[in-house]
Amino acid sequence: MRRWLLPALLLAALVGAWQIAASTGFLAEVLGLEEFLVPSPAEIASSLWESRSLLAENAWVTLKEILLGLGCALLIGVGFALLMHLSGLLRDAAYPLIVASQTVPIVVIAPILLVWLGYGIWPKVVVVALICFFPITVNVLAGLRSADPEALKMMRSLDASRRALLARVEIPGSLPSFFTGAKIAVVVAPIGAVFGEWVGGSSGLGHLILTDNAQLEVAREFAAVAVLSAMALVLIGLVALAERRVVAWR
Amino acid sequence: MSVSIQGLGHAYAELETISRLDLEVPSGGVVGLVGPSGCGKSTLLELTCGLREPSAGTIVVEAATAAPERLARCAFMPQRDALLPWYSALDNAALAPRNRGRRRGEARAEVAPLFAHFGLAGFERARPAELSGGMRQRVAFLRTLAAGKPVLALDEPFAALDAITRAEMQGWLAAALGEEPRTVVLVTHDVEEALYLSDRVAVLSPRPARIVAELPSPAPRAADRDAAVTAPEFVAAREEATQALKGAIA
Repeated sequence: MRRWLLPALLLAALVGAWQIAASTGFLAEVLGLEEFLVPSPAEIASSLWESRSLLAENAWVTLKEILLGLGCALLIGVGFALLMHLSGLLRDAAYPLIVASQTVPIVVIAPILLVWLGYGIWPKVVVVALICFFPITVNVLAGLRSADPEALKMMRSLDASRRALLARVEIPGSLPSFFTGAKIAVVVAPIGAVFGEWVGGSSGLGHLILTDNAQLEVAREFAAVAVLSAMALVLIGLVALAERRVVAWR
Repeated sequence: MSVSIQGLGHAYAELETISRLDLEVPSGGVVGLVGPSGCGKSTLLELTCGLREPSAGTIVVEAATAAPERLARCAFMPQRDALLPWYSALDNAALAPRNRGRRRGEARAEVAPLFAHFGLAGFERARPAELSGGMRQRVAFLRTLAAGKPVLALDEPFAALDAITRAEMQGWLAAALGEEPRTVVLVTHDVEEALYLSDRVAVLSPRPARIVAELPSPAPRAADRDAAVTAPEFVAAREEATQALKGAIA
């Protein structure tokens, strides 16, 4: 109760304060702006309602990019972590490179991806996948390597094959770390999608935010941001729900 | 002889842990190893089981000398219980048959009858986190026994328990070994536990470990534990073993 009620009350208070400050013109005056550039929450809500089909259409595009990118990152990230876990040679060779690759801002790769992959959905999917790959891979690998050495010895003396060690000790033990990585990935995935759309796109919430900005449609811009946040929150909630079901022993 | 160790030496890089150690355990015999902390008791146990390779000397377990073959003849029960938290008590106990390729149902059916016998009836589906310390140890011992190996290697099986539960579990283990005789190598830091459970107690020196004294137990696994450990000859043997341990440390 307290976990939900207190943040909800704080949010309501902040939105209320914003509403009063914006509707009285106080906010615009303080910022030295025209009033239509500083919408109140009520104006954002009405813009959300009026543009609901436009927002939904674009949200669906962005959601597709996020889900496809996340799916690719999960498949490749988990697979790569498993390979690095099983082969010390591969781990020693690849792991430092994976960490070092994070110093390259993914956002600067986006324009290159556009050149290579065109203006369709794929450059955005690849940006999302690249951003999500790292937290998933690193966390799954750490989880696989954190198995209790005593449990591994016990299993070996109970005739466990390498496959049995993996299936009965290492993989189940890595699941909490996997979900930690997945939660981080879900948070950063929308950032990747929006950036991919900014670099070159003709639809999606990121694209809508950009065009609304150019047309000074500030209320709808805020509405698009709200939809994007809501989408990320729902995704985090789904991952947390899956975690509670899968990691039931905790 | 079920276990025969001759001229054993072991080192971790520069650190010599065991030096010129000899130990014989007859078939169905129980030998207790006591020694100061960090003296290499656990290493000796892992060497015997084939979980490690010695740097000098020979280890013969049921006529096998190579590490993988020793491993096939020993069941190792690690310090703490190393129960896998994601499995039920029954599935933990059934790990050995599962590892040998038995189907889940078959493996469960194989170990389920032992639950009532070990005072665990009704707890088959409980997760390790839901069991008391004593019950966890019993599941861990059941798991070790269910491997059906001739030699049991027990590494401080009751170290994590409170004094009363530990005394109870010692009586319980004595009875269990009476019904299911196996060759046992038992590592403990508790002289009384070693004397009560073993036929013979070997006292190890500080690192590099070697055997400085071997004492026969006056009342191995007597039915009435409390009476056995307070009998004058047991108290005298405990005093002798403690003196040997102190002498080894000095």
